[in-house]
Amino acid sequence: MQGKRKLGGWLFLAGVILAHGATALVEPDLARQALASFVAMLGEVAPVLILVFVLMFLVERFLTPARTRAWLGRGSGLRGWLLAVAAGVISTGPVYTWYALLAELRDKGMRTALVAVVLYARAIKLPLLPLLAHYFGLRYMLVLSLLIAGFSIVNGLVMERLLRQPETE
Amino acid sequence: MKPASETRSRGEPATQRALVGSLRAFAQMLPILLGMLLLTSLILAWLPSSSLQALFGRSGALDVLLGATVGSVAMGHPLAGYILGGELLAGGVSLIAVTALIVSWVTVGVVQFPAEALLLGRRFALIRNLLCFFSAIAIAYLTVGVMRLLS
Repeated sequence: MQGKRKLGGWLFLAGVILAHGATALVEPDLARQALASFVAMLGEVAPVLILVFVLMFLVERFLTPARTRAWLGRGSGLRGWLLAVAAGVISTGPVYTWYALLAELRDKGMRTALVAVVLYARAIKLPLLPLLAHYFGLRYMLVLSLLIAGFSIVNGLVMERLLRQPETE
Repeated sequence: MKPASETRSRGEPATQRALVGSLRAFAQMLPILLGMLLLTSLILAWLPSSSLQALFGRSGALDVLLGATVGSVAMGHPLAGYILGGELLAGGVSLIAVTALIVSWVTVGVVQFPAEALLLGRRFALIRNLLCFFSAIAIAYLTVGVMRLLS
């Protein structure tokens, strides 16, 4: 799995670079615009990457599989669900910057349902809630946020049920 | 109390191991992350969000499905989703369709799928995204239903 993941990542990057190259041949202006947008996004993502790396190091250093199972494993109970929702809500930056950390936590014993909960609860963007209220109203913002929090748990439970059989990959 | 040298000699190898392990995992994530950023920038260049508005306005149910689909394939900051949603709402598109778009924008990731599949497993990514797609539609109907009840 590790080797496949490593190779797959490089193949994916090579494919996207090829797509950029093809765009540069057909639409040079569009490719330039895309490249400028890439540089700007990289600048925005960089601080989040530092945070992700620090968290990965802390997880690797201090979170033993036994501790992970106790906090986020099957027996973690209500605390595990609440921790997962809170982690999703406070996490920042693009979602793909968090996949590696969640994969590492799952390898250490984090419940699959809670991985799904973290990813779903990310839909509640704390810093953007005032803007959501500005565009659609305070009541809408509150109802939508509560429903998303509730659905994150429902989705986690359904995911775990559907993924009970071991992955074939 | 243990001497400092003893504590250090025990602590350092574990810290070094953790540093090497996390550096390795981080390096493994980098090509996927760079690929995602390049892909996002390319899609944003080919498909600006303003061109999406022309798709809506045919029928209620179709708009909801379209909202969830557009949100699923859309890229960029969630704020862009709120702005697009606000514009669609002002343009006469239903609140249910707009909500489906906003929710799927932040929960479903068609473009991020390769990265999610590589790091968390293809089956996990597929089931999660499908579930999130249908949840976005359910949340859209529920949100508007609750809003009506409250008012």
